[in-house]
Amino acid sequence: MGAKRAGIVGVGMTVQRSTRRDVSGVELINEAVRAALDDSGMTRKDIDAIVIGNMDHFEGINYVDTWSVDGSGALGKPIMKMTTGGTTGSTVAMGAYYHVASGMFDRVLAIGWEKNSESDTTGAIITAFDPFWDRPTFGGAVAGLALEATQYMAETGATEEDAAYVAVRDRKNAINNPFAHLRMESNIEAIMSTPYLAWPVKLGDMCPRTDGACAVVFASEDIAGDFPNVPAWVHGVADRHLWGYTSDPYVNQHVKGGTWFPAMERATRELYDKVGITDPLEQFDVAELYLPYSFAGLRYMESLGFCERAGGPALVRSGDTDMGGKCPVNPSGGVLSSNAIGATGLLRVAEVALQVQGRAGDRQVPGAKLGLATGFGGCYWSDELVIGKEKPEKARG
Amino acid sequence: MAAAEDKKMFLVIESGNVAQPFRWSAGTYGSKFLTEIRDNKKFWGIKCPKCGKVYVPIRSVCGPCYAEMTELVPVSDEGNLITFSVVSFGFVDPSTGKQKPVPYGYAVIKLDGADSYLIHYIDETDPEKLKAGMRVRAVFEEDGKRTGSMMDIKHFELI
Repeated sequence: MGAKRAGIVGVGMTVQRSTRRDVSGVELINEAVRAALDDSGMTRKDIDAIVIGNMDHFEGINYVDTWSVDGSGALGKPIMKMTTGGTTGSTVAMGAYYHVASGMFDRVLAIGWEKNSESDTTGAIITAFDPFWDRPTFGGAVAGLALEATQYMAETGATEEDAAYVAVRDRKNAINNPFAHLRMESNIEAIMSTPYLAWPVKLGDMCPRTDGACAVVFASEDIAGDFPNVPAWVHGVADRHLWGYTSDPYVNQHVKGGTWFPAMERATRELYDKVGITDPLEQFDVAELYLPYSFAGLRYMESLGFCERAGGPALVRSGDTDMGGKCPVNPSGGVLSSNAIGATGLLRVAEVALQVQGRAGDRQVPGAKLGLATGFGGCYWSDELVIGKEKPEKARG
Repeated sequence: MAAAEDKKMFLVIESGNVAQPFRWSAGTYGSKFLTEIRDNKKFWGIKCPKCGKVYVPIRSVCGPCYAEMTELVPVSDEGNLITFSVVSFGFVDPSTGKQKPVPYGYAVIKLDGADSYLIHYIDETDPEKLKAGMRVRAVFEEDGKRTGSMMDIKHFELI
């Protein structure tokens, strides 16, 4: 049996807010699932299997797949939980895709969610790292990301203002997204005037903590015509999860031709080779990238092949990644606007699907046909998916 | 809905000041590393038999070679600054349950003789005074106060 091509036929997302006290975690999940089922014209009965993910320690509930069955619709169905840090939502998407591509399931529901308001995010992130070598001095994602920002500026000459451009761009885009958390007109001076959290990273450079959920329905090519929406096809996926301690990513930056971020660079190479991408800025119509802080919008663009090393600042300032540019990045507002961690990677996938289906409302990139979605997390881990309007000639892992 | 009204209508329960203690194993080589820091203020690394790289922090498998490592080699308590930050936002450290003292210098350090890097405090909170490539040295906790953890190294200081 050959692998099946799979398409996204339904998307559901909750509004992303700092605190959703009006819903429990199970109810939040249910809100996204109901929206995805409605969007795909299905009921719970039609779903063959469910893949769900969050970061358990943000809510302190370690048995989420079982605890949430009433809300997720998984009662009496195959369910698998995936938890991979910041990449959780993108890993959930890839897991659901693999289920369908295997030929064993026709309709698979992917769910990502988080209620970051229920605990201290930095404390919870610290507990994801090694208790001997990392935790005693670690300051969570903010401190960890600041290390790479320092290195990036020192080695490329990029400035804090260059990074601030990315935060301004994404949050301005979020104004067009009724689901986004931070929706605001800002400017570089305003970002620059926010206090340092961990030099050189300021409050305005960081993503917010968010409560929210997202659900996406993947369907096999055999039945993909049975739904009200034209499918958004998965053209290919790749991921790399390399190295465990917080200092390891710096040791291994230059292995096998790497520059900044070997996991992302290797996933990118594999994925672009499979799908036939040689010039991402020209070939992708849209990108929804997991940029958890502003400097990522410079440095990760280089690892994703959108520009040469040290070319991040010139790329973003050219306007090519703005709405109306060659390849708008994060029309939804991205992670800098909303970060319900377990939902975040799946939202990138959902947003690209809506774009290539032409259903992205006020944030639609006109005529978008091919897009890139990424997940970032863990200790510099990387998930990447290419999603398109056209059906690919074959299924690709 | 206004936040105040929201808080009145929708209840939350607090976990309170809970503790869930764990007991982690450092393993054979991790124990050796921490014991040597505690008793002798000496750093040891572990060498891959295939690629020859010396790892600090110590571990038993070289990931890229997928080779088991058993050879311990001495490394210096001095090294180079690779990259750094100055952490200034307040948070509760889940390892202690207490507010982390901020600001603190936070650094990736390459000890002389090691190929992998260590992450620790640097005793400088002015980012203008820090630069990649600077020489640094470990400052140990006083005799009798070292317990066999990475905090037996108080911080690194600029030489």
